[in-house]
Amino acid sequence: MTRPSVVVLDYGSGNVHSAAKAIEAAGADVVLSADRAAVMEADGLLVPGVGAFAAVMDSLQAVRGAELIERRLAGGRPVLGICVGMQVMFERGVERGVETEGLGEWPGTVAALDAPVLPHIGWNTVDAPEGSVLFEGLRDERFYFVHSYAATDWTMPESSSIRAPKVTWSEHGQPFIAAVENGPLAATQFHPEKSGLPGIRLLSNWVRSL
Amino acid sequence: MGVSVRVIPCLDVAAGKVVKGINFQGLREVGDPVQLARAYYEQGADEVTFLDVTATVDARETMYDVVRAAAEQVFIPLTVGGGVRSTEDVARLLGSGADKIGVNSAAIARPALIGEIADRFGAQVIVLSLDVKRSETTPSGFVVTTHGGRTETRLDALDWAREAIERGAGELLVNSIDADGTKQGFDLELIRAMRDLSTVPVIASGGAGALEHFAPAIEAGADAVLAASVFHSGELTVGDVKAALRSEGVLTR
Repeated sequence: MTRPSVVVLDYGSGNVHSAAKAIEAAGADVVLSADRAAVMEADGLLVPGVGAFAAVMDSLQAVRGAELIERRLAGGRPVLGICVGMQVMFERGVERGVETEGLGEWPGTVAALDAPVLPHIGWNTVDAPEGSVLFEGLRDERFYFVHSYAATDWTMPESSSIRAPKVTWSEHGQPFIAAVENGPLAATQFHPEKSGLPGIRLLSNWVRSL
Repeated sequence: MGVSVRVIPCLDVAAGKVVKGINFQGLREVGDPVQLARAYYEQGADEVTFLDVTATVDARETMYDVVRAAAEQVFIPLTVGGGVRSTEDVARLLGSGADKIGVNSAAIARPALIGEIADRFGAQVIVLSLDVKRSETTPSGFVVTTHGGRTETRLDALDWAREAIERGAGELLVNSIDADGTKQGFDLELIRAMRDLSTVPVIASGGAGALEHFAPAIEAGADAVLAASVFHSGELTVGDVKAALRSEGVLTR
């Protein structure tokens, strides 16, 4: 059986080295690249991201990341966002009073969590819906989070013409969105590449779906 | 529900080898850092910390290789500290596979460094590491030290922790120089004082010697516990510590 190919979007954000190794361990052939042809041809595109929302958007723009992601999704080609790579899929991010426009794949705002201790650092539980592909066999596992901002509302209108998105929740001070599976676009607020064996298995679930 | 307490083995690394001294003096070689990190990962460690205790230019180059090799097989967060002086050092360590960076004496010498790192990489990347000693020279009774506890600064440890959080530190690694190496338990008063002031996670370090030492540190307010020699010597495994924590009603992974 041939291994699916995954491009880890190389745009100068985040720990791409670990993400690439974890995806490899999950059963895919991995290339680090921001080359248009490579990104378009891969079976899956992984968009990592750490740091400030605005900085991640700037770095994405520098490699025309928005357009690459749009084009893939328009063609039904899978994309997986991780951490800030998930946050930028929403309409906007608000950090320290600065509002930044996101990619707008999903409605809503990413803002600071209301919790006594921030950042939210550590291993937390998730509440995944029935039929989730990513969390198949992983409902009772903990995953590694490190973030201060999150989306706390899912406001996408229900539509009978598309398959309903699967939204997974977690909680730190307040409930927030831990993962979304919406057609070809999936994303996690936590770091599966840093979540030990359960994280690798979640990535395997994604790789197998490619 | 809720975030679980982290158990973090710390590997003091000098020239590519894991060492751990008694009160930071008399370094003794105990092994290969990548192999040890992997063993702790398999034991269920929630995170691994590498501390470069030599931090000379040559040793630093070795450290990048250690981090890179560890990141390829250890799929939990890696924190790297020791001798970090600039955002360029941080960029290189993150590029090698580190997730979080410990800053200590360079931030004492130039506090603006904390803000520079936070602005470029986010607060969640910075672990402010404090080597704290009891002292009558500061109002709180806790003073910040450098050089592994040998040199006292004039900084009150609690004031410094507050300032560092304000400047953008995302986590506090609070190491008690008095307790370190004694194996008599964590300095619970120090942990309590840090918890009271801190809006960021607190990692307790220094003094762990037996299973019953860990739960009191959590009760005192620590979000994570860090230890070195009890793990390296094989006296305790990460699994033992987690089981002991669970038996006291503490959430673990």
